[in-house]
Amino acid sequence: MDASFPLHLIPLLPLLGAIINLLLGRRLGKGAVALVACGSVAAAALVATRAVWVLGTEGLPSGALVDRFFQADWIFSSGDGLDLHVSAGLMLDRLSAVMVLVVTWIGLLIHIYATGYMEHDPGYHRFFGYLNLFMGAMLILVLGDSLPVTFVGWEGVGVCSYLLIGFWYAEDKNATAGRKAFIVNRVGDFGFLLGMCLLFSLIGTLKYSEIGSHMQTLRQPLWLGWPAACFIALLIFVGCTGKSAQIPLHIWLPDAMAGPTPVSALIHAATMVTAGVYVVARTHVLFDVFPTSAKMVVAGIGAATALMAATVGIVQRDFKRILAYSTVSQLGFMFVGVGTGAYAAGIFHLMTHAFFKAGLFLGAGSVMHAMGGEGDITKMGGLGKHLPVTRWTFFIYCLAIAGIFPLAGFFSKDAILAGAWAARFQLARQGFGPFSVEWVQHFTQDIYPKLIWSLLAAAALCTAFYMWRLYFVVFTGRFRGTADQEHHLHESPPEMTVPLMVLAAGSVVAGWVGVPAVMYHEGDWFGAWLAPVLPPPAQELSHSVEWGLMAVALCLSVIGIASAYLLYYGGISEAARRAAQILRPLYLLLYNKYYIDELYDVVFVRPLKRTAWFLWYVVDAFFIDKVLVQGWAWMVSMLGRAVRYLQNGEVQRYLVGVLVGTAGILWVTTTLPPRRAAAFRLSQQGRRVTLEAGGGSSRVGLVYRVDWESDGKWDEVDTRWSTLTHEYPGQGTYKILFEARDPRWGTSSTRRRVVHIE
Amino acid sequence: MSWILTLTTFLPLLGALVCLLLPREEVGLLRGVGLSVALLTFLFSLGILSGFNGQTAGFLHEVDLPWVQALGIRYHLGVDGISLWLVLLTTFLMPVVMLSSWSAIADKVREFTVAALVLETGMIGGFLALDLFLFYVFFEVMLIPMYFIIGVWGGERRLYAAIKFVLYTMVGSLLLLVAILYLYVKVHQATGTWSFAYADMQRLVLSEREQLYCFAAFALAFCIKVPLFPLHTWLPDAHVEAPTAGSVILASVLLKYGTYGLLRFALPLFPHAVAEVGPLLAALSLAGIIYGSLVAYAQRDIKKLIAYSSVAHMGIVVLGLLMLNTKAVNGAIYQMLAHGISTGALFLCVGVLYERRHTRRMEEFGGLWAQMPVFAGFFLIFTLASVGLPGLCGFVGEFLVLAGTMSAGRTAFADVPLFGKAHLYAALAATGVVLGAVYMLWMFQRVMLGPNENPKNRKLRDLTLREGMVLTPMAVMAFWLGLYPATFLRDMNPAVHRTLVAFKEKYSAGAADAEPRMLGQDKNKKEEGQPPAKQDKEEGQPPAQQPAQPPAASPPGTGATP
Repeated sequence: MDASFPLHLIPLLPLLGAIINLLLGRRLGKGAVALVACGSVAAAALVATRAVWVLGTEGLPSGALVDRFFQADWIFSSGDGLDLHVSAGLMLDRLSAVMVLVVTWIGLLIHIYATGYMEHDPGYHRFFGYLNLFMGAMLILVLGDSLPVTFVGWEGVGVCSYLLIGFWYAEDKNATAGRKAFIVNRVGDFGFLLGMCLLFSLIGTLKYSEIGSHMQTLRQPLWLGWPAACFIALLIFVGCTGKSAQIPLHIWLPDAMAGPTPVSALIHAATMVTAGVYVVARTHVLFDVFPTSAKMVVAGIGAATALMAATVGIVQRDFKRILAYSTVSQLGFMFVGVGTGAYAAGIFHLMTHAFFKAGLFLGAGSVMHAMGGEGDITKMGGLGKHLPVTRWTFFIYCLAIAGIFPLAGFFSKDAILAGAWAARFQLARQGFGPFSVEWVQHFTQDIYPKLIWSLLAAAALCTAFYMWRLYFVVFTGRFRGTADQEHHLHESPPEMTVPLMVLAAGSVVAGWVGVPAVMYHEGDWFGAWLAPVLPPPAQELSHSVEWGLMAVALCLSVIGIASAYLLYYGGISEAARRAAQILRPLYLLLYNKYYIDELYDVVFVRPLKRTAWFLWYVVDAFFIDKVLVQGWAWMVSMLGRAVRYLQNGEVQRYLVGVLVGTAGILWVTTTLPPRRAAAFRLSQQGRRVTLEAGGGSSRVGLVYRVDWESDGKWDEVDTRWSTLTHEYPGQGTYKILFEARDPRWGTSSTRRRVVHIE
Repeated sequence: MSWILTLTTFLPLLGALVCLLLPREEVGLLRGVGLSVALLTFLFSLGILSGFNGQTAGFLHEVDLPWVQALGIRYHLGVDGISLWLVLLTTFLMPVVMLSSWSAIADKVREFTVAALVLETGMIGGFLALDLFLFYVFFEVMLIPMYFIIGVWGGERRLYAAIKFVLYTMVGSLLLLVAILYLYVKVHQATGTWSFAYADMQRLVLSEREQLYCFAAFALAFCIKVPLFPLHTWLPDAHVEAPTAGSVILASVLLKYGTYGLLRFALPLFPHAVAEVGPLLAALSLAGIIYGSLVAYAQRDIKKLIAYSSVAHMGIVVLGLLMLNTKAVNGAIYQMLAHGISTGALFLCVGVLYERRHTRRMEEFGGLWAQMPVFAGFFLIFTLASVGLPGLCGFVGEFLVLAGTMSAGRTAFADVPLFGKAHLYAALAATGVVLGAVYMLWMFQRVMLGPNENPKNRKLRDLTLREGMVLTPMAVMAFWLGLYPATFLRDMNPAVHRTLVAFKEKYSAGAADAEPRMLGQDKNKKEEGQPPAKQDKEEGQPPAQQPAQPPAASPPGTGATP
């Protein structure tokens, strides 16, 4: 079923490029660096295309290309009944084929663009080294045949993202943004790692192709009656929220715009941030398990993120920040796609989004290049006539992202909206507490999907509005920057404009591979391609509903564009300013991104810092080290001091010591032996009572006597005796006295005991 | 080939003697001799590797000669897949350390070289010793040169740090000695012969109470060395005050003695005690992971930060050891190696900075990348290795430990009642993944990134050729450990498996009632009494016993049904 193909070439070529550029780049010169960087990616793209071609033509509908080169174990451990074998294996199936093509070809375009954009940067070779490293890691991510291999790429892209956000490291702001991105991603990785380990602990394998055959085990309840698959899916999804910037871990992406613009386009728009969507699709069997609570979470988070980010995007002023929130929002759309079971739709949107969002960022780069690095859109305006190529390509991207027929965004967004409308979640077979089972079913199958659909529809409206606000403010009206800037306005060189045009063409046609069946019955070629890997949505919509949804979505887009036109065409209108004045609290809330950064600062960052300081100064340095460790030393030295006080040389004191000591010794030696020796045991047989003396090892020289009836008649006892018997004459209660005496000092000790004679 | 272990162990000592004969002023010659002896030792230790086969049961290249015959003390060395890599780590690091202190140690070069070489003998011998008395001797031999390295070539508070280090370690090792002597007597009681041999002590079964006390003594000695929270406060002081070479050796090798001792001695000798106190130790190691990370975050001194990161990393190692399955224990050993490389290299990097600026305070630095791009690259690699990035050394161990911890309750060794909360352990240990990134990247940013504002940092030189030669092998190893773990796991896995099988066997045989007994003996004695129970055990084990036979030390169950 599976066929072999040298897939390892695909990630290795860019990695090789990265090694060359990082180690030798400084000596190579810019031309050679660019050649190595673009050449290695181009070669990888060609190999990838060939691989996909082989996959598509060799009749492997459900199979995959695998790479035997890496099949030896990478990490292993055996012998305890649950062997771990992680092979560094690569695999290309129809899902990773889509990803590989998007990553390599769009990556290549962005590489070419960057040769122009970074022309004058002193860190040229470093930049391309990182960028190639990123390509290698991203390709490992999408080609990995098991979760750990994906995780290798996952972390690798994280590091590249860290390095590239902080590429201009001399500014603390950039370095901090990079660090923030890495740490927030690590919070997600925490979930990913745990999910991976939990999955392994249950089924003993982490290969994607083998998870499906262990579903029986994964359906077993793990905790609180919920199946293990739910927990694993949610843990992995935590990782995805980190990488793909979803609530609550979305905060790093807007800050990540500190990096060079090609980085934002490649990593923070087109490829890396979509990895979370890819992983959810990749592990969809875990999400499909009943109850589909994990999917409900994914869809809910996706929809909430989509709307949240879209509303924030409306009021931002920084060009790239608007695009960043737009990315967060569009990623939310994709998660709704995979969360509602419309996996193909989610991946479809991933693909189309890669075109227009990469284009938007590159357009932004082109604009900022012309503006001398200025990013504030209120200082731009009327750029259309100076940057015609940028302007018209940007126009196409804006149409595409707004979802205007027949551009790419229309089809993919429509597929997601239709999937959300049709979704039927299943939460429980019986009711929860006050909620009856019918109510729960009603909620999960009717209310919840519609709620998600409405959130998305609102987000789509906002998207059209903020994108066209951006377009009108930047490209129409009159220039608002300085005269100096205006003087320098120029269209970018061809290595930058050609990729813009290619991406614009892609943004037009990319959607045509997924035309919904209601328009053309064999139109959904993309869904058919993925069908062997990703299950199609469970519910089909009736044609009239589907047409209706499409019409609504299109109307919302048009309304969004129209209102943006009214408020922002030719510059920011008076009406727009007034609206911001009237709705000032709302405006501030959105402008400050719902104050989520501030919230996290109060809830997480500062307590963490304070705890660290507290643990260091109070617990570690003071309590453990000063009190406990040095406390011991202090006690020893105190003891020494006390003893030294005794040794002070005063003879009188010594004499007192001698006297007190002697008295003590005398008291102990004279009093204690009789007292210890005076123990005895009685045993009774009728009237005969036997006394057995015991205890006391220092019996030497002691004299014992016993008074059987407390009448003063003492029986002297031989010291060598062990038992002594006495027969009582008659009934009654008698008190026995037993005395041990030390004749040397005259000390004695008496014990008494009572016996009853029947 | 049995001479190879002796040679590897004592070659540095020989070198030290040669150095003593050399004139004090010949500084260059002394350094050269020190480096070449260390290099030669490394080459010989590679010889151990050449004839090594991890599948062979027991120890390889064994030497077993009487030493003090009257007391049953033997000179017994041997290597298995666990000690092999620790020895190689030691011999690999020593040339690096020698080269790194080329210019840093300018005073009393002869004494320094001698101390370092004696220390090397102690470290290698300790990993190889299979006689507990011999082990103890090597264990103590390491203490003295280290005391001098910190106390003579250290920073301002070097005496305080050196004495703290010695006293702390001594407290533990004296108790260890008492416990070893106790075992020695008990072995005599059980067998009638006087012996310190590891194999005998491993077969010795004590009552639960005795095990508990002896384990406490062993564990205390080794946990101080690890160092396990809250016994760690000697470490930051020792690290900060020690010269670079001392910090590297301390972090990379001496700390490993704690975890190596736990794995080799404390766990297999006292399985019932482990089952009882294991949860406590696991809790402490988890506390160490989180606490060490948080305290590291609060540091201003780079060395102190790395020292506290060691507390966190070694916490992961201890946790892995306690989970008693091959994944976690393999991971723990792997993490020991990885920590040796990444933390050692970080200390070397700090040494590079210290030689230039004579300070380790982070606020003195900032924006060094532009000045020292090559150094920045190395520093970045080691920082990321320490954070546990896949592809670099830190990840493999961390992943194995987490996977092993998560699955601790489901392996063939799971009948030791220690794993009720394994899921929780894994979750808490994984927080180290997040916190590690927090403090390491914070440190990296404060030192390397941002604007270069301090005028003293404007003219820093990038790495010299010598420094490049110091850091390059470390970087190569960091990548090797991360990219091709099979090199190390191949020989490690069978040894770990054998250790765990022996552990389980001893555990299932039950603790002694009152009199000590030996594992093998017990079977013969109680043969008639309980064959069915024994067969049960045998059946419970099969998943554990696929490739390797139970160790030769205990006659297998076949003898039980004549």
